[in-house]
Amino acid sequence: MTRDFDLLIIGAGPAGMAAALAAAPSGARIAIIDDNPAPGGQIWRDGVQAQLPAAAQRYRAALAAASNVQLFAATRVVAIAGPQQLLLEDDNSAWNVRYSTLILCTGARELLLPFPGWTLPGVTGAGGLQALVKGGVPLTGERLVIAGSGPLLLASAASARKAGAQIQRIAEQASLAALSAFTLQLARWPGKLLQATQLLDSHYRSDSFVVAALGSEKLEAVRLSQSGKIIEIPCERLACGFGLIANTQLGQALGCRVADQAIAVDDWQACSRTDHYAAGECTGFGGSELALVEGAIAGHAAVGEQHQARALWPQRARWQAFARQLNRRFALNPQLKQLAEADTLVCRCEDVPYSALAERSSWVDAKLHSRCGMGPCQGRICGAACEYLFDWQTPTPRVPLTPTRIDSLLQLAEAQVHG
Amino acid sequence: MIELSLDGQLLRVAQGTTVAAALYLGGDGNSRTSVSGQRRAPFCGMGVCQECRVSIDGQRRLACQTLCRSGMQVETQP
Repeated sequence: MTRDFDLLIIGAGPAGMAAALAAAPSGARIAIIDDNPAPGGQIWRDGVQAQLPAAAQRYRAALAAASNVQLFAATRVVAIAGPQQLLLEDDNSAWNVRYSTLILCTGARELLLPFPGWTLPGVTGAGGLQALVKGGVPLTGERLVIAGSGPLLLASAASARKAGAQIQRIAEQASLAALSAFTLQLARWPGKLLQATQLLDSHYRSDSFVVAALGSEKLEAVRLSQSGKIIEIPCERLACGFGLIANTQLGQALGCRVADQAIAVDDWQACSRTDHYAAGECTGFGGSELALVEGAIAGHAAVGEQHQARALWPQRARWQAFARQLNRRFALNPQLKQLAEADTLVCRCEDVPYSALAERSSWVDAKLHSRCGMGPCQGRICGAACEYLFDWQTPTPRVPLTPTRIDSLLQLAEAQVHG
Repeated sequence: MIELSLDGQLLRVAQGTTVAAALYLGGDGNSRTSVSGQRRAPFCGMGVCQECRVSIDGQRRLACQTLCRSGMQVETQP
């Protein structure tokens, strides 16, 4: 089966929703697809333990009310099936979608760095724990340490506390000087200052990072470096995230240029490939406010409404300045490159230890010798870690872009035979 | 409430609960055993790392991106 749309949007987070709503009044036939069961992306993820903010509810209601916008949830992009054509897969079937214009709103994932014990049950991402909690994972009475970098640590702590966790420590790797400079700048974005004040937590420490997760079958304690001193904290859970990295895979596979580890866009949010746009975190980390305005610009531009798109440029510039502050103040301490020990697994799919990688010259060399990155996550976790640890470049991803059913691949072959 | 089966045991969860949450609510939270024999649990929480893959009604699915449904048969990898 093939469906046709004027505008196809990949990702239903803030950027994708804003893009769809900006483009909808033009009357274009719009489809928006997302691999999660509900729209909202990560920040507005819905779930049994989630409390959606008012803005998220407004966007969702508006999206549901737009008769020319069709949302396909729990649907993922498997492959590029032809010119302006993608193969999609949902729980039951695979189908082709043909589009005139595409907007990539594929978001970001957490940078998850290897350290001794990071594969133990009980250790998750920081945003990862937040997502799991929203989906109903109980934390009642569990002791939790959060470590890594960025404002997400505080947001994750707030969600976990609501779900019953006892926060033992929030370890931020950035220095006190960097955090102070960031806080002073926050007055330029009063909403953000308010948010920061609400999230403040007495367990928060700067200059602190995880050294090891301890335990045999599951997590029992965490070893931290806190202002140069090693401490151990008993806990049932460790949530660890070292910032966000753009999901560029689909954009790369479509031939869109990537620069600075993000999909490159111009003032119209247009990619290097004609009729392809990108907005939100996949074009560089900046938070939901930036994603919303970039999405709206892309949506307007994609349906030829340059005037409306241009009117949003000043708003985008304001949030880009915020993003620059974030990226500058939460830059990672090079000491984090030394956390993994010889026997620490770097590739969690194929269980490849650090010692098998440290001697290799490149990502491809590492793959050929060790199977690193060749498991089901296709290097999304270990590839990003290796980019940070060894400064390796990972190549353009190949199809299928995600683990896929044989039935879906057969459909791809059929589409290629029959055009 | 929704009633599903987790490794052969009946489990009741609230509407909107993910299968990843069901693993904790009805078991030890683990989803699979790695190629070198380590037990693993949901990790990234957002459909990227594939650690939470389980069998649902005979199909391989990500527990973190799948909502519990009545009558679902979930099997973890021992």
